Amino acid sequence: MAMKQILSPLPGTFYRRPSPDKPLFKSDGDRVAVGEVIGLVEVMKSFHEVKADQDGKIVRFLVENEEPVMAGQPLADVDG
Amino acid sequence: MAINVIAPGLSTTVQDLGRPGYYNIGIPLSGGMDRYATRTANLLVGNPEGAAVLEAVFMGPELEFTEDAVVAVTGAELPPKVDGRPRETWTSFMVHKGQRLSFDYLKKGARAYIAVSGGIDVPVVLGSRSTYTLGALGGLEGRKLAAGDVLKRGMAASAWEGRTIPANLRRMSGSPAELRAIPGLYWHRLTEAAGKNFFADTWKVAPEADRIGYRFKGGRPLEFVPRTPPFGAGSDPSNIVDACYPYGSIQVPSGTEPIVLHRDAVSGGGYFMLGAVISADMDLIGQLQPHTPARFVEVTMEQALQARHDRQAMLHKVRDWLGAKAVS
Repeated sequence: MAMKQILSPLPGTFYRRPSPDKPLFKSDGDRVAVGEVIGLVEVMKSFHEVKADQDGKIVRFLVENEEPVMAGQPLADVDG
Repeated sequence: MAINVIAPGLSTTVQDLGRPGYYNIGIPLSGGMDRYATRTANLLVGNPEGAAVLEAVFMGPELEFTEDAVVAVTGAELPPKVDGRPRETWTSFMVHKGQRLSFDYLKKGARAYIAVSGGIDVPVVLGSRSTYTLGALGGLEGRKLAAGDVLKRGMAASAWEGRTIPANLRRMSGSPAELRAIPGLYWHRLTEAAGKNFFADTWKVAPEADRIGYRFKGGRPLEFVPRTPPFGAGSDPSNIVDACYPYGSIQVPSGTEPIVLHRDAVSGGGYFMLGAVISADMDLIGQLQPHTPARFVEVTMEQALQARHDRQAMLHKVRDWLGAKAVS
């Protein structure tokens, strides 16, 4: 099983929930499928979904809710 | 002579050097936020400096070329790829018929300028091909690019691959970015301490910063000199009787988060402006990513004019280097 990472496509602010009163998109240890949303990046007054580009298990998130992120920054380790 | 938009990127728009002359009726300048990068991208592919290019913010588009073209990418470090193979920024390269231009993750800066030989051919509206998305004016149907769009190219003059701009003639901001500014008409509204704090504090670019205005956070709130609001001004101490907003002006609603108006600026309103960022540093603002630190540095009008002169000298060097005529 190869360890891979999900990278942020954009710089901005990372959110792990669809809205403040909703549950997390994904938690450490959850399984993800290709195309599943794992978080949002907010930039220029809009929110952009970050989707998994492979199937696997999220080993851990590397960025916390509402933390700033750079383009290309790893958001989560995924065990494919 | 067409380019197919496979993926548009985040917000990719057609821009040239803008649409001056209509700000009095509320239509802003528009055009590339980084004018130096817009001009140099064009020069690299043999276009007039004012030809229309694509401005891609934070994320590049994926484009399929139906004819051979020479391409150059300047401004942000957004690494271009042709059919997946890396190409250099600030250097012209060939894209052959059927090949795809795509981009890697953004490394530095915020906005990349993609020039193609011949320029992007969209209708000229009020003297410019620039897109003003808020007013649905110019560019491709007045909007950002979408997947499935087809961009026409103009007639190309002679263009060569492998032309490059040396590193000392590429402009990028330091960290923190230093934005030179001149205090303005409403400076007297601030207390002396607030005026000092504004220039002393390090601010951070807010994620909502865009082509209309760049918002900054994290400095100390500004205190105002007490007053009775004049007739026509709102009750907040940052309100004024409505006035014109110059391009580059720094408004601070409620004294908390400065906003520097940029190329898609609104032309007037009721917030005081503590001053304006000098024209020579407006390009740098367009290259700031969210959350990056920035400071405002107070300068005099004389220093601002010298900075403008220095910027023009740098552009002359590029023209000389590339053997280009000064055309816009």
